[in-house]
This record gives sequence, structure tokens and C-alpha cells, in this order.
Amino acid sequence: MRETKFWILHMAAGLVILALLGTHMAIMHLGELLRLVGVGPGSPIEFANVAARGRLPIFMVTYIVLLAAALFHGLFGLRTILLELTLSPRAERAVTVTCWGVGVVLFLVGAWAAVAAAFLLPGGAS
Amino acid sequence: MHAEVTERGKTMENRLGIWGWLGGGRYGPERYAYALHRVAGMALLLYLLMHIVVTSARVFGEATWRVTMAAVAHPVFRVGEYLVFAAFAYHALNGVRLILVELGIGLGRPAVPIYPYVSSVRRQRPLLIACMVLAALLLLLGGLDLFLPTR
Repeated sequence: MRETKFWILHMAAGLVILALLGTHMAIMHLGELLRLVGVGPGSPIEFANVAARGRLPIFMVTYIVLLAAALFHGLFGLRTILLELTLSPRAERAVTVTCWGVGVVLFLVGAWAAVAAAFLLPGGAS
Repeated sequence: MHAEVTERGKTMENRLGIWGWLGGGRYGPERYAYALHRVAGMALLLYLLMHIVVTSARVFGEATWRVTMAAVAHPVFRVGEYLVFAAFAYHALNGVRLILVELGIGLGRPAVPIYPYVSSVRRQRPLLIACMVLAALLLLLGGLDLFLPTR
């Protein structure tokens, strides 16, 4: 039952990623085409733009939601692939614990960056 | 592929190994699309793990950000980023297909099989074709964008 819930969460996270990462990918990889038709923003990796986005609360929240969804979706997907090898219960446990460990550590790093970027950059909210 | 539980409750050995992951057998192109979905997914996961660390450099200010971006500005990285975009486009559209199939959306109502039978796998074929055409279109647009001058 718990696996079923995680699987449904995996699909739901996929839909969240589709919307948020779809927007991110369109801006990053179709930016020049979008600018040709007059709807593209300025250079997304210019520091002034990175800093300005990071200070907006909506971006901070969106980054953290995308981070959580992407890490869960990716690591649960990897775990599913590895568990298909018919591992011993002990090895399955090790895979699960490792995925959780990597996920939590990287979530903390990414969430810290999102929060710090909103409050610590010059002209930040603090 | 999947572990099969015997009467004693023990799992059987996975005799298929890597082929169990990648082989489609008689399931047709949908199964191979699924295998490629997983390969693309693992590549995206690897990139995500690095991307989280690299983009966190913004917290340390403009100088650190510029140094970090300069380190990944080589054309090799640009091509690599296009491959990431390609993996995303494929994984996203094939993922939409997988969710629709999982939920039984767009496959029609179950019916009594009257000759000539229509395989449920064949009912999925238009969905596969539509998703792959859209993915190919995104790959073309992304490739075109790569060659446009950066403004």
C-alpha cells in the first residue's frame, strides 16, 4: 500500500515537474526563438537577472517546490529501476536509505540556496 | 523483470538481468520507448544532482557566479545542455503518455473481444506517435535555438 502511495506521488511529482521544468526549459533552451517573437525575457543567466528573480518570494517558493518534486521523482524512479534487479531485502533497504540520504542532503543544499538568495544577496529582503 | 514470489514467499532469481531492463520482447515500440524513458530519466537525475550544486553558487555573489558560469560556457557544455534539453523533451512527453496509459485515458472502453481483435497495445500506438512527433518538434526547435546568436 505504501509503495502504491509513493507511485501515485511519483506521477503527481512528474506533472508538477512538467509544468515548472517545462517553463524553465522553454526560457533556457528556446529563449532566442521566444525573443524573436517578442515574448522572451532578458538573458536568464546574467547575474543581475538571477539575483532579481531570487529575491522574489514566488520564485523562492517555486524553486523549493520544483527541487522537492524533482528529487523525489528522480530518486524514486532510480530506486524502482534498481529494485527490479530482485535484490536481497538488505540490499533493497540500502538502496532506499541511500536514495533518502542523497535526496535529503541535496534538498537542504538547494533549499538553503533558494532561501539565502532571497535574503542575503545585495538588495535582498532582509 | 519484476520479482516473482514463489509459494514459499521467496523471490525468484532475476534471470533476465540487463535485458530485463532494456528488452521489449513482443511488447513492441511502446516497451522500448519505456526503456529509453528510463535511460533519459537517469541522465536527467545525474544532471539534476550537479545542477543543484552549481546553481547554488549564486548565493556567494556575482564574482563566484561569473566564475562558475565561465567554467560551463565551453561549446562542449552547450552541446551537453542541448542533450539535457533533448532528454527532458523526450522524458516529459513520453511521461505524459505513460501517465495517460496508466490511468486508462484515451484508450477507449473495454469491450468484448470479437474477431478481428484489437490489441490494447495497438490502441496506444496513436498516443506514442503523437508524443514522439511533439518531442521531435521540440528537439528541432531547441537545435535551432542553439544556433541563433545570443542576445
